[in-house]
Amino acid sequence: MGINRILNHPVLGPVENKKRITFTFDGQTFEGFEGDTIASALLANGIRTLRVHEETGAPRAIYCNIGHCFECRVTVNEADIVRACMTPIQESMAIESGKVQPAPFNTPPEEWPRTYTEYEERNNNQKDGGTNA
Amino acid sequence: MLDVVIIGAGPAGLSAAIACRESDLDVLVIDEFPKPGGRLLGQLHQEPTGEWWNGIKETEILLNRANTLNTKIECGVSCHHIEKTETGYLVHTSQELYKTKKLLIATGAAETAAPIPGWTLPGVMSIGAAQVMTNVHRVKVGNKGIVAGVNVLSAAIARELQIAGIDLHSMALPVKNTVTKDHAHPEKVMEGLVRIAHLAPSPFLRFGSKFAQSSKVRDLATKFYPKGGFKMWGMPIHVRKAITQINGTDKVESVTMCDVTPEGDVIPGTEEIINVDFVCIAGGLYPLSELASVIGCPFRYLEELGGHVPVHNEQMETPVEGLYVAGNITGIESAKVARAQGAVAGYAIANEPERLKQAMQAVKKIREAASIQFHPQIKAGRAKIHRAYQEYV
Repeated sequence: MGINRILNHPVLGPVENKKRITFTFDGQTFEGFEGDTIASALLANGIRTLRVHEETGAPRAIYCNIGHCFECRVTVNEADIVRACMTPIQESMAIESGKVQPAPFNTPPEEWPRTYTEYEERNNNQKDGGTNA
Repeated sequence: MLDVVIIGAGPAGLSAAIACRESDLDVLVIDEFPKPGGRLLGQLHQEPTGEWWNGIKETEILLNRANTLNTKIECGVSCHHIEKTETGYLVHTSQELYKTKKLLIATGAAETAAPIPGWTLPGVMSIGAAQVMTNVHRVKVGNKGIVAGVNVLSAAIARELQIAGIDLHSMALPVKNTVTKDHAHPEKVMEGLVRIAHLAPSPFLRFGSKFAQSSKVRDLATKFYPKGGFKMWGMPIHVRKAITQINGTDKVESVTMCDVTPEGDVIPGTEEIINVDFVCIAGGLYPLSELASVIGCPFRYLEELGGHVPVHNEQMETPVEGLYVAGNITGIESAKVARAQGAVAGYAIANEPERLKQAMQAVKKIREAASIQFHPQIKAGRAKIHRAYQEYV
């Protein structure tokens, strides 16, 4: 169900006899209709933010809704990078939003190497090749 | 080995599958979306005759026919790679590896991004995203929104949102930047607006659109465009205002709108804050053709057809043996044209010359009768791509 449902439509008619499906998002229980995608079921429940930018923590939601932009990627039953806009909800599905990840660089962008030579010079002492610019 | 794999279960893919099944070919249709119908599903508009074009009903008609003919349709399957072999194609998908003699790519179109500062905020989405949420999933994308981008597609979908009871403040241009280009240029946008004005309920606009076919009149109209915008279905359409910024901390809270010159440059000091909780960005459509490129199909860039288009002839064959294309991948046109093109591709694949001829005539007839044209030079574009095919045979 959800608060944002268009239950009556002047041309398409009413939404009737839809099977309800229960799922969780970040541990909270929600209800959607059979045929909903994760994105539509959550939006119907007033949830827009599906993940945060892995580095900055800025909130993100659906953009294209056709599986191209990957802005809606979530974790479903522990599988990551699942597109919320392309994945139908299923009974007892456990969905988790994307979280901030450890940053691959330990310096701010202004201090990152500008050329490959510069990168090599700074990292030639590191055994693993070094990703910390 | 399958006779034909069809990528895309939209109007083109489904009608092609039907045509192939009529000749009892072993056909498999795959589509990434959980339900068949493609972008036809979301369509809902009133024809000039007053009749409603309901994409869900149109999809049902195609599906019923496909099901009667026992057509295999697999949804929720993504194709990410295709290989050409001596006998046909290997289609790599998220489910299985399919072997097929022939391949039809009917992947449709995607929306061109028109980035505006703040566009990553939750509540900003492509206009097509809003269409699917509204008409297919029956979910309100917000309480009050604004549309950034004035074109054939955005006007049609804005109307659909209104019909569903969703409040739209107005439609305006995206701010001019290196990406938004023509979409942010009032004179260029005016050209497009003139092509849809005949659909407006206001006789004044319909009348005006006839005169505005001339570029001089159009430039004058852009110059003296009313401050309050022209209203279509009670909603102001602005071509001399642009959305310069989308504001909010965790979600959309408002947009900043500015007046712009006839060239799209922001006029300083005209900022206005408009409270909305969603923004639809509409940068128009381009043919979704990566998969054809993966197999090495030659391409042409044709503005009239909406972008890079795989080279093909009127029978929907490409110069790559056994590879066919149909629908919006061949150029941006209506779902009706796509559906008719699908039948052409299907009969070409099934090698049914008589039906093929009829289907080709049907495409032309439907194109002639179209109430909306995505590009005024569509026929010239079609002729160019068909000529390009001759270079490869």
